[in-house]
Amino acid sequence: MAASDHRGRVVAALAGLLFGLGLAIAGMTDPRKVLAFLDVAGAWDPSLMVVLAVAVSLTAWGYRRVLRGGAPRCAAAFDLPAERRVDARLLLGAALFGLGWGAAGYCPGPALAGLAMDNAQAWIFVPAMLAGSWLTRAWMDRAAARRASDAPRPPGRD
Amino acid sequence: MSVFTPWSAAIGGALIAASAVLLLATLGRVAGISGIVGRLPTAAPGDRAWRWAFLLGLLAGAGLWARLAGVPPPGAISGPSLGPWGLAAAGALVGCGTALAGGCTSGHGVCGLARLSRRSFAAVGVFMAVALLTTWGLRHGGL
Repeated sequence: MAASDHRGRVVAALAGLLFGLGLAIAGMTDPRKVLAFLDVAGAWDPSLMVVLAVAVSLTAWGYRRVLRGGAPRCAAAFDLPAERRVDARLLLGAALFGLGWGAAGYCPGPALAGLAMDNAQAWIFVPAMLAGSWLTRAWMDRAAARRASDAPRPPGRD
Repeated sequence: MSVFTPWSAAIGGALIAASAVLLLATLGRVAGISGIVGRLPTAAPGDRAWRWAFLLGLLAGAGLWARLAGVPPPGAISGPSLGPWGLAAAGALVGCGTALAGGCTSGHGVCGLARLSRRSFAAVGVFMAVALLTTWGLRHGGL
């Protein structure tokens, strides 16, 4: 069964629905609430910390059970991030992300959710975010292709 | 003033976890929003439908809650307001940064930490620290 199958689409939509609902119920779609957490020197609102703590612990528990099962239900195999090195790119990316998030109070999920929640700011933030993402990924793909073509050929080949 | 709302935060967190576990159990994937949406433009034909479905589901879920609970639009951010150019710059930083880092608060923060990923611990540590400093700088540090 492939991810392009009907069942794959239905569960993906359901997963998205749960995610969007969760973000909205937790108030994470309101940048003021997010910034109130990040603003440790101000009137601090720890709500985001609770969201993360609950989400991470329940996901950890669920993930362990799922991975023990051996294979996903609607796909051939698990498709988990393979890269394991903590490299400069990761650290730089995290810093840039933190800068944007700390300034605006939006990260990808809440920003997208804002498009459906009458949030005018989302209509500026999201296109910029998508452009930044798309351009960066294009650059990363080109860099990877260049590295692959620069790789030394194995002996015995032309 | 932003009120501490532990119960709705916990419920929201549980729903996010349910989403992540469901996605892993069925499609075998990590629920990282920056990746799900960011890879849409370059995804292979068979790899696109589920991404659209997830995104539309997310919009539906958030929109549904907004209608049900009568959530008012956030309006201006309290504290120094970024204005449209600042907002766009922040968006570009988030888009670029999450692409480079290979994840965001859901991909690294929830799913990565849940998997005990070393990369995610590093990413979360950095983006949290930088975000805290940035907010501090803009609100109290005179930046």
